[in-house]
Amino acid sequence: MEILLFAAAAVRISVPYALASLGACFSERGGVINIGLEGIMLNGALGYTLGAFFTGSPWLGVGTALLAGMLTGALHATVTVGFRADQITSGLGVNLLAAGLTKFVLTQVFHSSSNSSRVPGLPAWSIFAHLPALGPVLAAPLVLLALALVAGGQWLLFRSVFGLRLRSIGERPEAAATLGLSVSAYRAAGVVISGALAGLAGAWLASEQHSFTDGMTGGRGYIAIAAMIVGKWSPLGAAAACLLFGAAEALQIALQGERFPNELLQTLPYVVTMLALAGFIGRAVPPRAIGVPYDPEQS
Amino acid sequence: MRAHERHSRLGPRLVTAAAPMLAVALALTVGAGLIAAIGERPLQIYGLMLRECFGTGYGLGQTMFRATPLVFTGLAVALGFRAGLFNIGVEGQLYLGGFAAALVGVGFAHLPTVLLLPLTVLAAAAAGGVWGAIPGALKARLGAHEVINTIMLNFIAFALVAYVGRSVFEPSTVRTATIGPGALLPRLEAWLPALKGSPANLAGLLGLGVSAGVGALLFATRRGYELRAVGLSPAAAEYGGISVPRTQTLALTLSGAIAGLGGTNFVLGYKHFFELGFSGGAGFLGIAVALLGRNHPLGVVIAALFFGALSYGGLVINQRVPKELVEMLQGLVILFAISAHQALERAARRMG
Repeated sequence: MEILLFAAAAVRISVPYALASLGACFSERGGVINIGLEGIMLNGALGYTLGAFFTGSPWLGVGTALLAGMLTGALHATVTVGFRADQITSGLGVNLLAAGLTKFVLTQVFHSSSNSSRVPGLPAWSIFAHLPALGPVLAAPLVLLALALVAGGQWLLFRSVFGLRLRSIGERPEAAATLGLSVSAYRAAGVVISGALAGLAGAWLASEQHSFTDGMTGGRGYIAIAAMIVGKWSPLGAAAACLLFGAAEALQIALQGERFPNELLQTLPYVVTMLALAGFIGRAVPPRAIGVPYDPEQS
Repeated sequence: MRAHERHSRLGPRLVTAAAPMLAVALALTVGAGLIAAIGERPLQIYGLMLRECFGTGYGLGQTMFRATPLVFTGLAVALGFRAGLFNIGVEGQLYLGGFAAALVGVGFAHLPTVLLLPLTVLAAAAAGGVWGAIPGALKARLGAHEVINTIMLNFIAFALVAYVGRSVFEPSTVRTATIGPGALLPRLEAWLPALKGSPANLAGLLGLGVSAGVGALLFATRRGYELRAVGLSPAAAEYGGISVPRTQTLALTLSGAIAGLGGTNFVLGYKHFFELGFSGGAGFLGIAVALLGRNHPLGVVIAALFFGALSYGGLVINQRVPKELVEMLQGLVILFAISAHQALERAARRMG
C-alpha cells in the first residue's frame, strides 16, 4: 500500500515536468532551444490564477493558462525565428521578463508582490476517485490529460507528416526548405506548441496550490529541459525521465525530517543529466541544426 | 561576396554601438507605457530614478554597490563568449565564491589582514574557478554542451551550499558566522566622504582591476589571442596550432574564477557573512550586462552601471511604481538587444 501511495505522489509531481518536457521536444526537434520554459510555465501559472480568479471556473483558468503560454512562446519564436537572434539568450530574457511581469501583475491585481488570493483548483473526476490507491491520482484531470498528450505527442512527432517535417527542419533546414517547406512557420509552430504545454504545466501547479506565488515554478522549467535531454528528445523518453525525477522528489518529501542528506538527493536530476550529456548513459545526440538560426540569405 | 564584405565594413561597428542603445530606448518606452497605464507620469518617474541614482553621493554609492557584482559576472560571461562558450553557470559560480570566502573568513578569523584578506579573495576565485572548470573540461574532453551543464551546476551549487550549510550556518538561521576582521573590505566612504552611508566598497575597485586585466589578457597577450581565435572559429584555431580543448577549459575556469570573485562584494564588503540566496540573480543579469557591453571589458563596466542604476532605481520609485517593473525592463532589454542587433545587421548588409 505504501509503495502505491509513493507511486501516486511520484506521478503527481511528474505531471508538470512531463508536460513541459513534451513541449521542449517539439521546440528542440524543430531546431529551437527553449530555455524560456521556466518563464513560460510561470506565465501559465499566473494565467490560470487570473482566469480562475475572475471567472470562478478552473477550466477557463486552464484556457487562460494555455493562452498565456502560447503568447510567451510566440514571443520567444518572434525573437529566435523572426529575428533569428540567439536562442539561449532569448530564453533567458523570457525568463527574466516573466519573473518581473508576474510580480508586477500580482501587485496590480492582488496588491501583493508575493502571492495571489486563493483560487479554485481543478475538480477531480469522480468516476476514478473510488478506485483503490491510484484512483485519486487518475481522478486529477490533468494527469490523464498529460498521459494522453505524451502518447499523442509521441505519435505526432514520429508518425505524422507534421512531425516528420518538423524533425527534418531540426536536422537539415536547408534541405527542408528546398522541398518547399517554410522553416520559419514550422519552427514557430514547434515553439508555440511548447509554450502551450508549458502553460498547461503552470496551470497544474497553480491548480494544485490554489494560488500563485512569486517564483512558484522553482526551476521546474530547467528540469523539464534536462528530462528531455535524458529522454533523448523523444516524448516517451522524456516522460520516463520525468517519472524518475518525480520519484526522486517524492522520496525526498517522504524522507523529510529523517537524518538524510535531502539536499543531495535533490541534485539527482542534474547529475543524471550531466552524465547523459557526457555520454555515460548512452549518447544524447541533439537535433543537428539545434541552436542555429536559419537564414536563407546565408545558406 | 568579397566586395560585399568590404562595403559593409562600417556596418558591424555601427550595429555594435547602435543595437544596445536602441534596445535600452525601446525597453524604457515600453516601461513608460506601463508607468502611464498605472496612472503615474513616466518622465517624472524616470527623472526621479536618474536623480536618485546619480545625483547624490549616497545614490551614486548605491548604484556602484549594485553594479559591482554585475561587473564581475558580466566579465565572466563576456570572457566565455569571447572563447565561443556560453557560461550560464555564473550564478552558481558567484554563489560558491561567496560561500567559500565566508568559510575561509570565518575559519581563519584570527589571521591578520595581510594574510586573511588575500586568502579569502583567493578562496572565492578558486571555488568559482573549479565550478567553471568542470563544464570547461566536459566540453573540451567529451564535447558535452556547456550551456546545459552550467545550468545543472547552478542547481547543484545551490543544493551543495544548503547541505554544507546545515553544519556551518548559525543555529536556526541561513547565514554563516561573521568573518574575521582581517577579511573585511573597507567601504569607499573611508576615502570618499561624499559616498557616506552607501555600501560601495573596495570590491568595486577590484572589479575595475579585473576588468583591466581581462582587457589586457584578451587584447595584449598570446593566450588572449588564442582564446579569441577559438571563439571565432575552433577549426581554424586548431589548424593554426592552438589547442582548442586546453583553451576552452582555461576560458571557463577563468570565467568561473572571475564570477566567484564577485562574491566578495557582499560577503567581504557589505554583510560580512554569507547568506542563503545572496546572489539574487546577479549571475543571470551578468548575461544581459555582457550582451549590452558587447563582451568588451569597458562596455561591461558601463552596462553594469546601467543595470546597477536600474536595480537601485527600482527601490527609489517603489512608493509610486512597483519595483518589479525594473525586472521586466531587464528582460525586455535582453530581448530587444538581440533582436535589434540582428535586424540592424541585416539592414546594414542590405545597404552595403
